[in-house]
Amino acid sequence: MMKRPLKIFILLTILTICAGFIDLPEKFMISIPFNGNVIKKEINPPIINISIGSLKIQKTFTTHLGLDLAGGTHVVLEADMKGIPEASRMGALESARQVIERRVNFFGVSEPLVQHMKSGDAYRIIVELPGVTDVDEALSLIGQTAKLEFREFTTTPESTQAAFLLPTLETTKPVDLTGSDLKKAVLSFNSNNGEPEVAIEFTADGGKKFAEITKRLIGKPLAIFLDGMPLMWPRVSTEITDGSGVISGGFTSDQAKRLALQLNAGALPVSIAVVEKRIVGASLGAESVSKSVQAGLIGLGIVAIFMILKYGWLGFYADLALFVYGLLTLALYRIIPITLTLPGIAGFILSIGMAVDSNILIFERFKEEVRKGKPWQIAMELGFGKAWDSIRDANFTTIITSIILFNPGNWDFLPNSGLVRGFAATLFLGVIISLFTGIIVTRTFIRVLYKGPKGGRV
Amino acid sequence: MIRFSKYIWLYIVLSSVILVPGVYSLVRWGLKPSIDFTGGTVLEVQLEKTISKDMVNSIVKKNSIDLIEVSSGEKNIYIFRMKATSDTKLDAFQKDLQKESGDKLIILKKDTVGPLIGKELLAKAVVASLLVLIAILSYVAYAFKSVKFGIAAIIALIHDVLVVFSSFSLLGHFMGIEVDTLFVTAFLTTMSFSVHDTIVIFDRIREYRKKDTRTSLTTISDVALTETMGRSLVNSFTIIFMLLSLVLMGGESVRWFAAALLIGTITGTYSSPFVATPIVLLLDMWERRKK
Repeated sequence: MMKRPLKIFILLTILTICAGFIDLPEKFMISIPFNGNVIKKEINPPIINISIGSLKIQKTFTTHLGLDLAGGTHVVLEADMKGIPEASRMGALESARQVIERRVNFFGVSEPLVQHMKSGDAYRIIVELPGVTDVDEALSLIGQTAKLEFREFTTTPESTQAAFLLPTLETTKPVDLTGSDLKKAVLSFNSNNGEPEVAIEFTADGGKKFAEITKRLIGKPLAIFLDGMPLMWPRVSTEITDGSGVISGGFTSDQAKRLALQLNAGALPVSIAVVEKRIVGASLGAESVSKSVQAGLIGLGIVAIFMILKYGWLGFYADLALFVYGLLTLALYRIIPITLTLPGIAGFILSIGMAVDSNILIFERFKEEVRKGKPWQIAMELGFGKAWDSIRDANFTTIITSIILFNPGNWDFLPNSGLVRGFAATLFLGVIISLFTGIIVTRTFIRVLYKGPKGGRV
Repeated sequence: MIRFSKYIWLYIVLSSVILVPGVYSLVRWGLKPSIDFTGGTVLEVQLEKTISKDMVNSIVKKNSIDLIEVSSGEKNIYIFRMKATSDTKLDAFQKDLQKESGDKLIILKKDTVGPLIGKELLAKAVVASLLVLIAILSYVAYAFKSVKFGIAAIIALIHDVLVVFSSFSLLGHFMGIEVDTLFVTAFLTTMSFSVHDTIVIFDRIREYRKKDTRTSLTTISDVALTETMGRSLVNSFTIIFMLLSLVLMGGESVRWFAAALLIGTITGTYSSPFVATPIVLLLDMWERRKK
């Protein structure tokens, strides 16, 4: 039978190797000389793509760099909520956010961040576009509100062809019915076949217009455009006088819900003003980041050497545990994923300090016990046991601090900006992982690998 | 054993050396807020060749830019700080600069920030910090079964935060260093670190008090300080190594952030044995005298 520490040791090794795989650098070229030839291979982090029956798991592991590290545009928009009832303001903000997100995605910005934020009486949307360094471009991308428009064909197509004819801005003309005539759109289900559809309701004025149009266009298609793109072009079968209608046609409930949201967004006249915009120059960012990473690595190296000089083999095991800590943390950043920002890195450094501290506390206790004349094995276990109280209390206060700063309840009176949160998130993760590596990992390494101090002295 | 408790006057002098001018500066000049707090526009450009100060000023005047400050760095980098300025005005300004300096003009930074956000963030950070203070006070008082320890930990924390603020007030006044949102993070980090370090010493005092109820708290704390001093120094050195390398070699945007963290770490290490512990002793004395 295997001894327990050995089992844990093997488990930890497997865990570390897995983390190491996830941490592989992105698009990194290596060349290995082999039989006189050079094998070139691009290294990338693994991509999980498993399908078991209908269950599909797909995940890529890449580091998400925040705007301050990657460079790009940061824009804060404020929605003008005058004239919108208090109760439907959050809904309106969410619709606007979705529209902006759709535009940004359509534009092909990698890893954009579009989030809404209510602070005090202000309804805001924060848009972060990594890699976009032209503010005007960014603003034109997100600036306008969604525009919903009803249009009719200028040329009447043959009725049999109509279903296949794609309406464009050229082949259609507006019928003077737009999103501002829409009161609301909601997801509903057909009472006959249970299919998801979108029920729309016009304002009184819009209802009248809609009745006239549907009367005029009986038997002809009426096209609905969103942001200049045709959304659908159903055929009008009867005159609709009650100012409401349904849009149906083989939607999934998700599609119908999204369409309802889009229509609401188009219908809502939320005008948006820019309160803040900033460009972080990518060149400045990149230079600063690579320099800082280098400096951080040098600092870490000094810490590692210092630990070995001070504690010998024990220090080396602590360094190994620290290495495991680094791999695990980075892997978790990629898995969750956590967007890495400068404050986030501060949290990371602080938690490295605390991870090292756990080991120093333990080793100092160990030395004390050895000085009292205890055999080193017992002294080591005592060291771990006695140091635990202070490690627990010290780390617990840090955990409380990070939770308050992270503001998980999203309360209005606490910080809910990315800056403080990024710091809190990495600090929290760091403390939890450092408790694990500083105690369990170091302890296992020592139990399995350590052969005792040289000549019985410490 | 070193009789740390005999030198309380020395710790008061040491802390005062930094805090008296620092707090004076803080009250008199305050902190130098960056654009994060004041709002406005910052334009940072890199030009082909250097242009004279007079020329810059005349271009500023010509475009009627409401300039607060202009500073020039290495490699012909110019940083213009101004009140919130419209894009069209900025574009014209850039074009004029470009005309004067030759062909190339690289925009390194173009920020327009509304001042409101800084204030909001600040108010929220203050509320969060107060909550953190209350939480730490309660937890330390609970874990060490004495309000004295909680109060002492909090006072040491406030001491450390004051040192960081004071240093940046002085740095701001004499060297023009600004505090930005990253500074807020550094201040939060200092809070966490300060308590972390204090608790380690308190833990030792707690341990000895459990074993030995006869010896006076003063002697116990002296023993505890002597024994934890090695660990405190070793631990802080590791963090100081990390931060010092960031201050000396890190990029421009990280430097003063790392400096704030460094000051926080040093004062955080100092305050645990030399502020928090003496305060526990003083509170204990005061408590017994009352009885």
